[in-house]
Amino acid sequence: MTPLAISLDVFGSLDFWIGVGLLAATYGIFTLGLQLNVGYTGVINFGQAGFMAIGAYAMAILVVEAEISFWLALPLSILVAMAAGLIIGLPSLRLRADYFAIVTIAFAEIIRYTAVNARELTGGSQGIGGFDGAFLDLSDAMLEVLDGVGLGDQFLLPLLIVAVAVFGLLTVGMYFLQRSPWGRVLRAIREDEDAARALGKNAFAYKLQSISIAAALGAVAGWFLALNLAFISPTQFDPLFTFLGYAVLILGGLANYFGVILGAIILWTLLEGLRLMDLPLDASQTAALRYVLVGLVLIGLMAFRPQGMLGKRQEMVLGD
Amino acid sequence: MQAAEAGAVEKQQGTLSSLGTRASLSPAAVAGLIVLAIAVALIVTQGLRPFGQTTVNGLISASYFALGAVGLTLVYGTLKLVNFAHGDLLTLGAYVAFVANVSLGLPILVAVLCSVAAVAAFGVATERAMWRPMRAKGAGLLQLLIMTLGLAFVIRYTIQLFAGTQPRSLEVDITSSTSVIGLTIGQTQLIVVVVGFGVLLAVGAMLRLTSLGKQMRALSDNFELAEVAGINTDRVVLATWIFAAGLAGLAGVLYTSAIGNMTPNLGFFLLLSLFAAVILGGIGNAYGALAGGVLLGLTQEWSTLLIDARWKLAVGFLVLILVLVVRPQGLFGRQARTL
Repeated sequence: MTPLAISLDVFGSLDFWIGVGLLAATYGIFTLGLQLNVGYTGVINFGQAGFMAIGAYAMAILVVEAEISFWLALPLSILVAMAAGLIIGLPSLRLRADYFAIVTIAFAEIIRYTAVNARELTGGSQGIGGFDGAFLDLSDAMLEVLDGVGLGDQFLLPLLIVAVAVFGLLTVGMYFLQRSPWGRVLRAIREDEDAARALGKNAFAYKLQSISIAAALGAVAGWFLALNLAFISPTQFDPLFTFLGYAVLILGGLANYFGVILGAIILWTLLEGLRLMDLPLDASQTAALRYVLVGLVLIGLMAFRPQGMLGKRQEMVLGD
Repeated sequence: MQAAEAGAVEKQQGTLSSLGTRASLSPAAVAGLIVLAIAVALIVTQGLRPFGQTTVNGLISASYFALGAVGLTLVYGTLKLVNFAHGDLLTLGAYVAFVANVSLGLPILVAVLCSVAAVAAFGVATERAMWRPMRAKGAGLLQLLIMTLGLAFVIRYTIQLFAGTQPRSLEVDITSSTSVIGLTIGQTQLIVVVVGFGVLLAVGAMLRLTSLGKQMRALSDNFELAEVAGINTDRVVLATWIFAAGLAGLAGVLYTSAIGNMTPNLGFFLLLSLFAAVILGGIGNAYGALAGGVLLGLTQEWSTLLIDARWKLAVGFLVLILVLVVRPQGLFGRQARTL
């Protein structure tokens, strides 16, 4: 009897890496929003999963119930998410960092709760499917092209290509946004809000913009999640995923958008690898083990290397 | 022009202070009046019996909300630590009781004591192993917050690793019910309320009357000043953790007894309600947490008279957001501390 038969075969399969790539891109985009809020504005947003849910559900509901074109539903869902960001930010951003964190998590739970209970609108726990028709047409066209290089049977590859491209573009975009005057004011607010306000900057407005942009990024992540599974349901928007986003954030390092790329790839390789490895545990135990590891990673990083991989130590200062 | 402005300010201050002396009702008293008004309105519109029944249910919820909230608020007050792992201390309490009661066959009372002791010990261990070293290192708010998140994951999923996700139950009577002044309540649930409120009163008395209680409140109020006054802060911090974690363990056992089962997610599920109770009462204020827990429990259950019961939990979250937006210092908090 083999004592601990762990199979590492999974790491050799293309399917696995496409799956990892998709998750890394999806949660990478998700975490770009967190980086903007936490790393650059000093605002602790624990509700990002809620914005992701709004983006995904808004898109799905618009396509399936209101029968709006998929390509039009995408920007509309961003607008809905940004509006939600404003609604939650306006009354709450004046609160202290830890109170704001609690409000955002309450907001995300209300969204998820509504998704479960407003069955006529959101399909309840059963969820919504059937919104990806238009994208599948595009995907099929791309698959025909890929057939030429022998990859025509990798069903998710077109989505991966689009997701990675969008993730890359958004990362570069956020990087340049940060180097603009707007980005500098954001940094100033994070370092010393009173000083920024003394110079006449409307800190509140900047923070509100930060939340709205993060909401938009969360919504985009929501699209890719929805397209990946061809189906959305409330369980995909559990606060757990916000905290996984924080694991990516901390791993990559605060105040560094390229760190998000690194953190996302590493975390999701780890998580998916553990999920698909042949461990002598049943399914719920494997899931539990993965999340115990995430917890230990979070604790360990905060205790011994809070700046993560690409962050700078002094960036961990958050006004207390 | 300056004189006129000064005169205007004085006049305003004069008006405000006279308002203060004429109608000085504490926010808690105002809240009490509002609750009374709501209760009367509900009795009139919904009938006495439904009101009575939901009040009974509310008191059951209040038992574990209040006990869980006291611990959360004490730890925040003394250590300024928003402990996102607190909910999982309740889960830990429930599962330790399960191991003692079901796996080891011990009587439920012994199991409860084991639970309280185990979670209290765990709380002290986290203080020694995690929070004290981090405080010594000068860790910032974000670092500590994320560590509590990590700890929450570790507790919750370690429990899941060993116990799985299927609901478990303690060996308590979850089917028979009794009648109290014409309202039905489960037998076990009645015990939950009695034990819960009994412990609540004991905790309140301890905080008010014993010197340790006073020291805990002093630390919660102003840590540096308490140190300057000669209080042995290390000892009091330890005592705070023992209380906070022990009460959390008890709250977990009460919750699982009242609901009838437990899953590894029970703590996180309750956590937001606990935050709501804490913030409603005023963070850092132990009496506030007790009052907040009772108010939250009653509000949640009364809301089922007006809206569909499945939205019950959302009511808690809405209360939380409402309080933070309208009066972040809660009922018992003072203006200065919180914004």
